[in-house]
Amino acid sequence: MIVGWGVLKTLVMTLGHFVMTYVEDVQAWTERLGGGRLRGADASAARRRGIFTIQYPAERRALPEAYRNLPFFVIDAETSQLRCTACGICAQICPVQCIWIERATEPESGRPRRYPVSYYLDTSLCMTCGLCAEFCPFDAIKMDHDYEVAAYRRPGFVSAKELAKPESYDAELHPSAYGASSTASGDGESTED
Amino acid sequence: MVATTGGMPPEVWQSLQARFPGVLRLAEVPVRGDAETYGQPVEHRMTRAVSRSSLMNQPRYEGVLVHARHLLDVLRFVRDELGYAMLSNLTATDYPASLEGIPPHIDVVYHLFCLEGGGYVALHVHTARDGAILPSVTAEFPSANLQEREVWDMFGVQFDGHPDLRRLLMWEGFDGFPLRKDWREVYYEEEHKPFRSRFPGGGNPLYAEERTPAHANLRLSADLSADELLMDADFSEADQRLYERMLSADREPDKPLKTDEMILNMGPHHPSTHGVFRMAVRLDGETVKHLEPVFGYLHRCHEKIGERNTWLQNIPFTDRLDYINGMTNNLAYCLAMEKLLGWDIPERAEYLRVIMSEFSRVVNHMLAAGFFSNEIGLYFTGSLYALEERELVLDLFESVAGGRMMFNYMRPGGVARDLPQGWLDQARVLVRDRLPKKVRQMQSFLLDNEIVRARSADVGILGGEEAIACGVTGPVLRASGVPYDVRRAEPYGIYERFDFDVVTREHGDVFDRVALRFDEIWQSLRILEQALDAIPEGPVQSHRLSPRMLIPPGETYGRIEAPKGELGFYLVSDGGANPYRYHIRATSLINLTPLSQLTRGVKIADIVAILGSIDLTMGEVDR
Repeated sequence: MIVGWGVLKTLVMTLGHFVMTYVEDVQAWTERLGGGRLRGADASAARRRGIFTIQYPAERRALPEAYRNLPFFVIDAETSQLRCTACGICAQICPVQCIWIERATEPESGRPRRYPVSYYLDTSLCMTCGLCAEFCPFDAIKMDHDYEVAAYRRPGFVSAKELAKPESYDAELHPSAYGASSTASGDGESTED
Repeated sequence: MVATTGGMPPEVWQSLQARFPGVLRLAEVPVRGDAETYGQPVEHRMTRAVSRSSLMNQPRYEGVLVHARHLLDVLRFVRDELGYAMLSNLTATDYPASLEGIPPHIDVVYHLFCLEGGGYVALHVHTARDGAILPSVTAEFPSANLQEREVWDMFGVQFDGHPDLRRLLMWEGFDGFPLRKDWREVYYEEEHKPFRSRFPGGGNPLYAEERTPAHANLRLSADLSADELLMDADFSEADQRLYERMLSADREPDKPLKTDEMILNMGPHHPSTHGVFRMAVRLDGETVKHLEPVFGYLHRCHEKIGERNTWLQNIPFTDRLDYINGMTNNLAYCLAMEKLLGWDIPERAEYLRVIMSEFSRVVNHMLAAGFFSNEIGLYFTGSLYALEERELVLDLFESVAGGRMMFNYMRPGGVARDLPQGWLDQARVLVRDRLPKKVRQMQSFLLDNEIVRARSADVGILGGEEAIACGVTGPVLRASGVPYDVRRAEPYGIYERFDFDVVTREHGDVFDRVALRFDEIWQSLRILEQALDAIPEGPVQSHRLSPRMLIPPGETYGRIEAPKGELGFYLVSDGGANPYRYHIRATSLINLTPLSQLTRGVKIADIVAILGSIDLTMGEVDR
């Protein structure tokens, strides 16, 4: 083989990539003017050429249903209340222990009630692993798709009120999981200890 | 009482017993009421975990208990006559409480493997907690070098005869030995998660920083304020022992021409080191005389956190070890847990695990080759070609696991969730139509290029025997001509069913290490094709997991062939909801053992090429 042939091949390959970048970019020009395009994971992705860069925030990726960022608490459509029963399973499973729960008690008898009197989630600690949503036996905590959560100050403890979102929002994010019975592998309130 | 040998082949136990009569003992838990087992000399006592419950009676402890006096003899015998040539893992466990007649001790464990395949031999040695000292085996087993330093760093066990016993991850002058059970971190709350203050009716939410008076990760002695401490800190003192080592090692006493040598620090912030890794290099002109890797800049107390966490809470943490290969990290940990639990995995989940691991391997090897091109001066062209294909694989991972790097996907007993609609079709298109084309392109881009060849051939040659002695695994070992792959040597999951080859190369130089990664990508694509065709329908999880699941007491060492090499998890359970000991045999760390030898005498630019060909992730090295 001629010495230098390999280098030449390499250069041609790089040039090909370079040209293709512009071809794809020009083809997508009209879509860009219209406010960006969604680039998701589907079978057509395997045919993608040119640049893989997404012109965020003009363009955005379509997020898969399983995508997870910070958790949110579901407000039940029927009762307009948080679904949470303050069982504490999410606080137990949370690897960084960023969930605090206080269960309500009846004022006269002091017996525990099945709803939280206060509920905190420190979003600055949360590692978005999704274990809380996976183990919640009541579908009361779900993982959000909102990733634009930057703030100028450390937000600190976010109470349930700020992270509470209606059931319809959950249905929109998780169309195939919504309505199916709880897929969580949690054991209800019976924890081994 | 019938002797069980744990994971160890029984014939090994028999030959050990024949060779060392009266010295060794199976390291298993004595049956209660067996009075004869107590009151014997130290070498005859048993390995035990600290009892937290009556579950402790089960004989699940593995291997052989050796007295420190005989350690080297037994290791030599096991290596030379029984053929267990690879001292793979070396770590320790602290038992601070006196139990069942055994005084408080530190149990140091050695795991050896046979290159022909099969299970491991585990050797346990006990040493007292005060003034802990053991003979070093580094002179004969170089793979123990960094691992003995880590045990010294974390447990305070002196290794007598170690050539360079400095701390590995913490800095010189650090107070205490962090993995001892009585050492507590600054933000200490409780021994184990879940913390009580989180539960219904629990305490008030509090920032972690609020828990210390200095509002920082500092522990102050009583007579010192934070400002004084920071003013007095002299960081050069911490490096004193490093520089002493740098100046004394590899001296040539009769150098004909007297030349001045200099010490150069490459890193910790050097673009070629994939993170924060520092190499102190002693140079004579441009020639490397001695290189000393310095670790710990990315140390995140992974193992201490792991021992505070519950078993399930550790899964998302493993993603953060080798952050390129979260899937295989998950898998190794879950496999180790399943060995203790004795659980079966549903068929579909087994296939999913194989598919995810092999996709991960393809991505890792593409990236390794891509970044290697960056390191030898091709700049980002190669890396970006690799990153494009990685995007598509990450899209697949994201749509099944929810994250692009932090997957948290595997569970003991299966995987977290089933595939979404259309996933398999998308994966098949990628594996059949796109990846072969792109891999071929990239292979020709790098390997046919004469400049790359000239730059990497015959540089940093690692011989096969040296590689085995240094405990190197994965592509680096196979490029040196040793056909050792855990997927074949000790098949886990369903790897026996797949048709693939363990590829090797002969020379063990930088070029071979890069070329071998491409060979392995082709084998992974073969496995992927088979797995994507044969994957059955069915459940993906065999058990209902409880948030505070308990694991039967025992110890195990579970390992897989991760893309970078053998990734092992050494777990000790005391029957509770938290690991008693959680140790990671970090592939990247142990693959760096021969770095000092490999770089001796090369030019300084070759250090970067050699380091790139080893393929390390600092997240795993420093943990």
